[in-house]
Amino acid sequence: MRPQLRFLEKDLIERIISEARDVLGTLGMEIHNQQALKLLSDHGARVDSGAHHAWFTDEIIDRALSTALPGFRLYDVNGEETHDLSGENVYFTPGSAAINILDHETGTMRKPVTGDYVRYARLMSSMDNIASQSTAFIPTDVPDEVTDAYRLFLSLLYCSKPVVTGAFTIESFELMKDMQIAVRGSKEHLKEKPLTIFSVCPTAPLKWSDVTSQNLLDCADHSIPVEYISMPLTGFISPVTIVGTLVQHTAETLSGVALTQLRNPGAPALWGGSPAAFDVRYETTPMGAIETQMIDCACSEIGKHLGLPTQAYSALSDAKLLDAQAGLETSMGATLSVLAGINNVSGPGMLDFESCQSLEKLVLDNDICGLVFRLARGIEPRGDFPALPIFEELLRDGHLLISDHTLTNLREEHYFPTPVIDRANRSRWQEEGSLTLGERAHREVEQKITDWEPTGLGEMEEKELVQLMEEAARKFGLDRLPDRE
Amino acid sequence: MDLVTRISESLQRGDNDAVSLLTAEALDKQLDPQVILDDGLIAGMDVIGERFRIHEIFLPEVLLAARAMYAGLDRIEPLLAASGAASRGKVVIGTIQGDLHDIGKNLVGIMLRGAGFEVIDLGNDVSPEAFVTTALEEEAQVIGMSALLTTTMSSMGQTIERLEQEGLRGEIHSIVGGAPVSEDFANQIGAVGYGFDGLSAVELVKRLV
Repeated sequence: MRPQLRFLEKDLIERIISEARDVLGTLGMEIHNQQALKLLSDHGARVDSGAHHAWFTDEIIDRALSTALPGFRLYDVNGEETHDLSGENVYFTPGSAAINILDHETGTMRKPVTGDYVRYARLMSSMDNIASQSTAFIPTDVPDEVTDAYRLFLSLLYCSKPVVTGAFTIESFELMKDMQIAVRGSKEHLKEKPLTIFSVCPTAPLKWSDVTSQNLLDCADHSIPVEYISMPLTGFISPVTIVGTLVQHTAETLSGVALTQLRNPGAPALWGGSPAAFDVRYETTPMGAIETQMIDCACSEIGKHLGLPTQAYSALSDAKLLDAQAGLETSMGATLSVLAGINNVSGPGMLDFESCQSLEKLVLDNDICGLVFRLARGIEPRGDFPALPIFEELLRDGHLLISDHTLTNLREEHYFPTPVIDRANRSRWQEEGSLTLGERAHREVEQKITDWEPTGLGEMEEKELVQLMEEAARKFGLDRLPDRE
Repeated sequence: MDLVTRISESLQRGDNDAVSLLTAEALDKQLDPQVILDDGLIAGMDVIGERFRIHEIFLPEVLLAARAMYAGLDRIEPLLAASGAASRGKVVIGTIQGDLHDIGKNLVGIMLRGAGFEVIDLGNDVSPEAFVTTALEEEAQVIGMSALLTTTMSSMGQTIERLEQEGLRGEIHSIVGGAPVSEDFANQIGAVGYGFDGLSAVELVKRLV
C-alpha cells in the first residue's frame, strides 16, 4: 500500500473549485496580452481589451478541462524517457532561477558565473534521485538579456537530464525553443519527445503579464509542457486562510489551463504553484513554513481532482546556510510532497526564499529524496510468509547476513544514503576526520564533479547550440562567450 | 587471465563453486599452494575489504566472498597444514566475564575469518583465565575481548594483567572493542589496540600479526 496524505474532503475540493469559477466569471482576470484576450473572446468570453480584462465562462473552463492531459512524459537529451508525470508518480527537480549561490569555500552567498553553472550541471548528472535538472541559478557573466537562454544552453551541454526552465522575455522563448529543436533535430521530434517544462507565472492577485501570457501561448503552439506557477501569499495578496488562498490559486491556475487548452487542445501542462504563508513579522515568503507546505499539498489535491498532473515548490528551505533548519524544512517538504503524490517537486538545493542555490545542499537533498522515495514505496511483504523457515534459518546459522532472503530483498527493502548522511559509529566518524555535514557534502560534490562524463549530445548538435548562443550574445554586445572550463 | 586471478575474481563475486573448482584445477597444474592462497584467495579478500570500506559493497557480499574463500581454503589446507601457513594468524575472541552480549563479537569473528584468520570463539561470559589459557594452548597471537556493559569492562584489564603475570604480554596481543569501549579506555588498561567495528578489528589484527 502506497502511503497517502490527503487534506481535503471531496466536498471541500468541489466547493473551492466552484468558488474559483465564480471568481473567474464574476471578477475575471487582468490579462496584459492582446493575443490571449482575443483567444478568450473568440471562445465566447466577455473581454475588455482596453482594460486588459477577461471574464471566464463555465463553458470555457469545462472545455479546457476536457482536453487537458492527465499526464505526459519527458525525455532526456539522448531521447530516453525519464518521466511519466501522471498518477502518483513523484519526481524531484532543483529549485530554479536563484540569483545567488552559497560558496562553500567562503561560507557566503555570491553571484554565480559560468564556471559555477558548469559545475552544477555536471553534478546534476549524477544526482540519482533528482530526475530532471532545472536552470537552477542565473550566471552573471553574460548580458542580462540572454541569461535565461544561457542557463538552458549550459544545461543542455553538460547534463542530459530534461530541464525545468522558463523564459524571462518574449524574445528569449524563440532562442530557447530553437535550442531544443537543435537537440531533437526537428520541431516534430520535439513535440513527440518534450525536453523541458517552462514555468509560466500569473501575478497575484488574478493577473497575467504580457510576457508570461505570451510564453504560455508560445509553449502551447509548440506543445512544450508548462507548469502554472500561481503565487498567492496568505493575508497579503490572498486570503489569510488556507482555503481562501486555495480558491485564489485555483482561479489563477484554471485561467492558465484555459489559455493553454484554447490555444492548443491537448497541450501538456502541470497544475503547479509557489504559494506561501506570508510572514507578517518579517515581511517574507517562507517556503519552509508548514502552512506553505500544506497549501502545496492541497493545491495538488485540487489539480488531481480536476484530472491534471501537478507540481509544487517544496523540499527547500529559507535558511541562509546549510544548517539544521535547511535540513528540517527540506525533509518536511520532501516527505509531505511524496506522500501527497505531487508529480514534479521543485526545490532541492534551494535556500533563502528561492534565491540561493547550494551544490552541497543539492547532494544532501538528493539523499533526502532517496529517503522519501523509500517512504513512498510503503511496507509490503517480500517472501516473509510463511515465517517459520526464516526463523529456523536464523536460529540455525545465528545470523541472516547471507541468507537468500536477505540477499534478495536487502537493496529493495532498504535505501542506503551516501556518506553525506552520517551513519558511522562515533569512533569511525572521528577516524574519518570528524567531518561536519557541510564538509561531507562538499567532499561528495567534488567527487561527483570529478567523476562526470560527457553526455551523449552529438557534435553537430553541440555546434548548433554554440552557434545559436553566440549569435544571441553578440546581439547584446558579447563577442565571445565566457570560458566554460 | 591466469588461474590465480580467476580464483581471486570468482571469490570477489562470492562464487564458492567456481573458487573450489578453480583451486582444484590450479593444484592439478602444480601451482604452489602458497601462491594460490596469497595471490588468489587472500588477494581477493583484500579487494573485498577495501570495497566494503568505501561502501561499494555491503556486509552480505563480504561474507559471501569469505564463504568462497573457505571453499578454496578447504582444497589447499591439507597441503599447507604441515607448514601451518593456512591462516594468516590465530585470534581468540570472546565476550568478557559477566557479559552475555555477543552480536558485536560474532560480527568481528565472521569478519576475521573472512580475512583469512583462524578464529577460536570462546563465546560469552569468558573469564580472564580462559582467554589466556586458550591463547597459550592454541598458540594464538591475538586475544580479542568484547563488552557491551560498562560494569563488565574492568574484566578486560584483568585479562591483560593475567598476561603480564604469565610474562606473555610481548607475545600475545590483546585488543578490545564494544559499544562502551574507547581508544582512551584501551590505552588506560594497556590493550594493544581498539577496534570500533568488524572492519577496523580486521585492520587492527592485520597490523599486529
